[in-house]
Amino acid sequence: MRLDVVAAAALCAAMLFGCATHASDAEAERAALAMMKTSFRAQGQAGLDRLDRDEVQALCSKHPNGLPRDLAEKLEKAQLATIRYPASGKLMGDWREGERIAQSGVGKQFNDDPSRPSGGNCYACHRLSPQELSFGTIGPSLYRFGKQRGTSDAIRRYAYGKIYNPEAFSACSNMPRFGHNRILTEEQITHLVALLLDPDSPVNK
Amino acid sequence: MAKAIWIGFVALAVALPCFARAQQDTQKEIERYRELLQDGNPSELFEARGAEHWKTKRGPKNASLEQCDLGRGAGVVKGAYVQLPRYFADTDKVQDLESRLVSCMVALQGLSSEEAKRRPYSGPGQPSVMADLVAWIASESRGMRIAPPQSHPKERLAYQVGEKIFFYRAGPHDFACATCHGEDNKRIRLQDLPNLTNAGDAQRAFGTWPAYRVSQGEVRSMQWRLYDCFRQQRFPELEFTSDAAIALISFLAKRAEGGTFEAPALKR
Repeated sequence: MRLDVVAAAALCAAMLFGCATHASDAEAERAALAMMKTSFRAQGQAGLDRLDRDEVQALCSKHPNGLPRDLAEKLEKAQLATIRYPASGKLMGDWREGERIAQSGVGKQFNDDPSRPSGGNCYACHRLSPQELSFGTIGPSLYRFGKQRGTSDAIRRYAYGKIYNPEAFSACSNMPRFGHNRILTEEQITHLVALLLDPDSPVNK
Repeated sequence: MAKAIWIGFVALAVALPCFARAQQDTQKEIERYRELLQDGNPSELFEARGAEHWKTKRGPKNASLEQCDLGRGAGVVKGAYVQLPRYFADTDKVQDLESRLVSCMVALQGLSSEEAKRRPYSGPGQPSVMADLVAWIASESRGMRIAPPQSHPKERLAYQVGEKIFFYRAGPHDFACATCHGEDNKRIRLQDLPNLTNAGDAQRAFGTWPAYRVSQGEVRSMQWRLYDCFRQQRFPELEFTSDAAIALISFLAKRAEGGTFEAPALKR
């Protein structure tokens, strides 16, 4: 950080003209933060506090091409510690419920009714049940996820944890932290685990 | 009526498929459908109204917008859109088309800024003067090269800030613009997503807004596109003509530099 400042100052000295007409990265960052604060208005359930970034969001914004390895490992470790498993110990719910949650894209938008449960909108980014042809490709295909991995306790914990907080396994993943950010309940996540792992789920047919 | 037929046509085209091959066929059908309609884009109705609004006397000063300077001199509309956003000395700000039109409505027609921004987007049975003007002014740049100026320091700052906002992850879903628009060949459900960091995609995307949205029966502007993206990002509501919106449009316009402007286009 400090080195960056020194380097930037040296560069400025070397290329006075160029620096006089280009804002530094830090200046652009400051201007962006200030602008974000004055450019939105609270609407429905979406307050202005949603513009405040936690450590993960701030770091990932700053490194759009991926975090350096040491930062990534540190972040993943800290996020892993946030995962809360259901007190009941039951990680597999009902895959039919899971399918409904995977289909639903409602929730958390300023025009959504906050009294209704959010969906996971999994199909927006993933292929899951082969019957659903309208699936996105931002995330990998999860078709046959369970068939390839089985239903061991370790796999259940991984699937639950990955949905709860994907940042614990892949720093700056595009996937939302469904449990950590209270998008889905613990129970909803267990239904998604069933959709992925239950041998009767269409995902594994 | 006609709108219902279009929606039916697109719904049919989307509902028919029977997997990968069928998906390609669907895409081809949609493209063919677009081609069929290219000669008769309903945005022309909006454009025609916009051309009238430009000449219509309005506001306390009972003046038209014909002396509005969109960056190429007072009253010059031809080619204005492809050189926006840009810096304007009279407001000492970088402005996109809509924010510039608000300034002109205030300065020339005597409207308050609130009045000028009252109905930025149209709705069913509620046309918008702003949306019509945008459709018409954009149409006067059809076929031209996208060439936003970057000579003023504030124009360059707007680009840099826009880039920061493009990668700004926040909200309950941790989404940034880049989450959906940062990689090649991605889709949400069946909808193709442009990678706006890639020049070819950025040119095609920026060059086709504003657009007549068949699913909505309205012409939608770039300001609207950003407003609705942020809604889906689970952010609060993006204010019309806000600084963040202008910065982001500056970033996108520059990414699309050199592309051919083909809007108002026709989209699903």
